[in-house]
Amino acid sequence: MINIILAILSTVGALSILFASIGVLRMPDFFLRLSVTVKASTLGVGLFLICAAIMFPDDVSVTTKAIAIIFFLILTSPISAHMIGKAAYFIGTPLWKGTVVDRLQGMYNKETHCLESDPKRANLAEEEQIADSEKETE
Amino acid sequence: MIKLFLMNLLLSFIWVALRGSLSYSDFIFGYLLGFGILWIMNRHEDDRRYFYRVPKIIGFFFFFLWELLKANVQVAYDVITPKYFFKPGIVRYPVNPQTDFEVNMLSTFISLTPGTLIIDVSDDKKAIYIHVMYLRSEEHFINSIKTGVERRLFEILR
Repeated sequence: MINIILAILSTVGALSILFASIGVLRMPDFFLRLSVTVKASTLGVGLFLICAAIMFPDDVSVTTKAIAIIFFLILTSPISAHMIGKAAYFIGTPLWKGTVVDRLQGMYNKETHCLESDPKRANLAEEEQIADSEKETE
Repeated sequence: MIKLFLMNLLLSFIWVALRGSLSYSDFIFGYLLGFGILWIMNRHEDDRRYFYRVPKIIGFFFFFLWELLKANVQVAYDVITPKYFFKPGIVRYPVNPQTDFEVNMLSTFISLTPGTLIIDVSDDKKAIYIHVMYLRSEEHFINSIKTGVERRLFEILR
């Protein structure tokens, strides 16, 4: 019984990591690649660790280590994905041509690195900047 | 709240000590037993938030696991078939958080579901910018997050 559960879990984990690596190869732009890779690899590694915990049911230390690794993986991998995505958007990585909407366009203040939440205020700030630069050129 | 949680932990450790063998299944069973005992003992107390919160946390865990599997299958199907089905887009998602911790948890759980990725949180913490892989319509997506992850998460945290 335990062998069947182990086989199912490790197969699903290996398949999700395989799909993540195929996704890196096939996805058309950077953000989609990041999106596919981070979650699928987290799920795959998590399933392998759960397998290890089921494999040694008598050893509490193995289970504790597996739980700790899964916890820190879930805590850290979205943050690293967020930082990579933010940096990529800020330096102007092009989006795929099939992208439907881009609400983030023009919301960054390029000088202060501030991000506005209200589209109207972002437009105002942009106009002010343009006006300032026009004054300086005059 | 925190007093009841510590008491529950103590009861589960007592159960583990009575069983004589340290294992996680014994610990979980002891925790549930202690939860039942505390529930019976605190029937007439005013502060009963703890007893609503623990079932909600367990429910949220299974809800999130189900969402994770569903979305992973969708992404995996799209990766291995030759045609692209997705319509990516960056959506502005308005939030009204009370603390920084709530923003942190919400963005972590949105980021962990496949197909959605947090690009940035605005400086006044009123909006989150999310990169979505399957965007049918913006209102539909925002409503699904508002009634799904956000409602369940804020019920636990508040």
